Amino acid sequence: MIHLETDVLVVGAGGAGMYAAIAAARNGADVILADKSLISRGGATIMAQMTTAAALGDEEPDSWEKHYEDTLEAGRGLCNEELSAILCREAIDRIREMDDWKVGWARKDGNITGVMAPGHSVPRCVYVDFLNTGPAVAKCLRTQVARADSVMRVSGLAINDVVVENGAVTGAVGWNLEDETPVTIAANAVIIAAGGLTRLYQRNSASVNMNGDGYAMALRAGADLIDMEFPQFFPIGHLAPRLVGMDPIMWDPFRYKLGGRLFNAEGEEFLHKYGGEDAEKYTTTRDIISYGITKEHEAGLTTENGGVHLSFQHIPEEKLREAFGPVIDKLAANGIDLTKDTVEVAPIAHYHMGGIRVNGQMETSITGLYGAGEVVGGANGANRLSGNAIPEAFVFGERAGRFAAEYARGRNRVWSDAAAQEHLDLLNTLIGRQSDGSGDKAALGEMWFELQNLMWEKVGVLRTGDKLAAALTRIREMRVTLADMVPADDAEFNMTLQDWYDLRSALLTAESVTLAAINRTESRGAHQREDFEEMDPAQVHNQRLRLGDDGEVLSDYLPVAKGVAA
Amino acid sequence: MSAPVTNSEKTAPITIQRGAPGEEPWMETYDVPWRPGMSVLDAIVWVRTHADSSVAFRYSCVSANACKECMVAVNGKTVYACTERLSEDGSEVGPLKNKTLIRDLVTDIVPPKENLRTILAERAKG
Ligand SMILES: Cc1cc2nc3c(=O)[nH]c(=O)nc-3n(C[C@H](O)[C@H](O)[C@H](O)COP(=O)(O)OP(=O)(O)OC[C@H]3O[C@@H](n4cnc5c(N)ncnc54)[C@H](O)[C@@H]3O)c2cc1C
Ligand code: FES
Repeated sequence: MIHLETDVLVVGAGGAGMYAAIAAARNGADVILADKSLISRGGATIMAQMTTAAALGDEEPDSWEKHYEDTLEAGRGLCNEELSAILCREAIDRIREMDDWKVGWARKDGNITGVMAPGHSVPRCVYVDFLNTGPAVAKCLRTQVARADSVMRVSGLAINDVVVENGAVTGAVGWNLEDETPVTIAANAVIIAAGGLTRLYQRNSASVNMNGDGYAMALRAGADLIDMEFPQFFPIGHLAPRLVGMDPIMWDPFRYKLGGRLFNAEGEEFLHKYGGEDAEKYTTTRDIISYGITKEHEAGLTTENGGVHLSFQHIPEEKLREAFGPVIDKLAANGIDLTKDTVEVAPIAHYHMGGIRVNGQMETSITGLYGAGEVVGGANGANRLSGNAIPEAFVFGERAGRFAAEYARGRNRVWSDAAAQEHLDLLNTLIGRQSDGSGDKAALGEMWFELQNLMWEKVGVLRTGDKLAAALTRIREMRVTLADMVPADDAEFNMTLQDWYDLRSALLTAESVTLAAINRTESRGAHQREDFEEMDPAQVHNQRLRLGDDGEVLSDYLPVAKGVAA
Repeated sequence: MSAPVTNSEKTAPITIQRGAPGEEPWMETYDVPWRPGMSVLDAIVWVRTHADSSVAFRYSCVSANACKECMVAVNGKTVYACTERLSEDGSEVGPLKNKTLIRDLVTDIVPPKENLRTILAERAKG
């Protein structure tokens, strides 16, 4: 066993975790920044393709208040106003700070330049060319973290459980992937920045590490989640032909810059039928496009693969090149010529609006436990504007790091082995469980496969009470089955042990999403019920989810948090 | 994305080098449902999902070629598993030769300053 000590432990090293580590260090704390994958590479941040919304106002008049209004509008009445205001106000500071760190925001006439995106009233979505925002911000933050002497960065360290004693955080338990060694960490504060949950769905834009660890860790530590019924489906995820070397979200930037048109399998534009706009206007919000494509599918109007056509055929080659240079060559290598071919697109699970319930200082209801990034709920309500997630990671990361450092630095370490024991016992039991070799070698893989299909079919874009209830029953059964499953007995890089813990998180998170979706008997934003097609003014409330004593997820309602602190 | 779901009968063999340091490496071949354009990573993910979850392999971003974690040797050539297409006639996949083997296809690509064992060893030196 390895034991470590620190003021602040940051779980997850994406945009939020790295910013949190930088901020905690510059506010005087010692930090351990742990990622189960490699620092800066394991999550969504490095995959993000294009835009980061911030009301810089350099090119044309803009203000954080306008950005805030747009965010609330998209959130369909459910945004936590304080969190949304913090996001919009401080996005400006973070984008400028990263500009000082030479991230390389695209510029025009000397100004950082922004593009328009659906739901934004001003072109305020800044980016790094070409499709390079994610890699550029990941590299920039990685460099800054490496410069902070008081940050210990650890790759391949998976955190399983936060240790809580007398209502306050005392540290965490995890394991070193390379050699399966249990690791305990005494920490005055823990920041969960473990990213999202979209790997729970069969069609997703996720990395393998986006399996809901953060939500499940928070629940098990006794913290609250909110708005879990709102995973966001990105409407035009790439479907066919098979494309390698690019992520399935890539068509969004194409649409920002070049418009592009959507046609069903009959060659007809269809968004107008669902309250959207056709032709080359990329104005329709994500929830409406996802809904429209799914409805076309139900009506038998999609392609053999189940998608619709996205076309840039009317755009001249030179314009395509000017906008996307090297990407056009990558497409050619995949056999795609946009002047001649359409591509097929369909909704894909992409982001999660819900998550850990925090206050403006990013504190949960457990003393010393903080959240940051996509894993936090509230700022985006029932539907997120594109470009709001990357600044959410930066802004909430910076705040979590700052406030956690203020709380944790100079405080006496409280650690007792006894409080960590149940978590260590579980880990040691799993490591010690020996398979007799007769079982299904892919049982854990198959469980992942089943869960992803279940979530896609029954807790996906269009929901009904019956399907959701069936999913909830099955998820609860799977939790029981998992408890007795046996990881392989490999001592090095034991992926089945990782699968086991990933599934433990995924199933608890899936239960939260499904339960919340059952309770919301209306359609709002990303949550669309076929049995309750209208938005119900009586359901302008948030759902809170907690873990009951018997391990079941419980829910109740909270009024939407209104009002903006100065 | 998850393992491709396919109804086609056609399969392609993928041969994966298994074993940890100190063990004599062995090869295992799996018949993977073949889809036009599929990557070596698609095939490895299929193996982990449906045949043997214990195959050790490092990857994060799945298809985006952003994380750069998925480097392996395919038929002796260093490639990213997520951009290399699976050959219809079969591909042989092994770990990178110039890196320390951890197990199966996983090698030590963690920067030393981010590796817990190395950090602790440095600290012990003072
Ligand atoms: C393909 C794609 C494109 C996107 N494009 C955009 C865009 O253009 N604009 C925009 O605003 N948003 C975009 N988003 C959303 C945005 O990228 C994310 O919301 C944001 O990057 C989340 O940052 P994060 O730091 O919270 O999480 P992540 O970047 O996902 O990082 C989480 C980290 O936690 C680690 N981790 C997880 N569990 C554990 C554990 N148990 N122990 C240790 N470590 C753990 C993971 O390995 C990972 O490295 C995109 C998302 C995707 C997937
Ligand atoms: S899986 Fe990320 S680069 Fe290949």
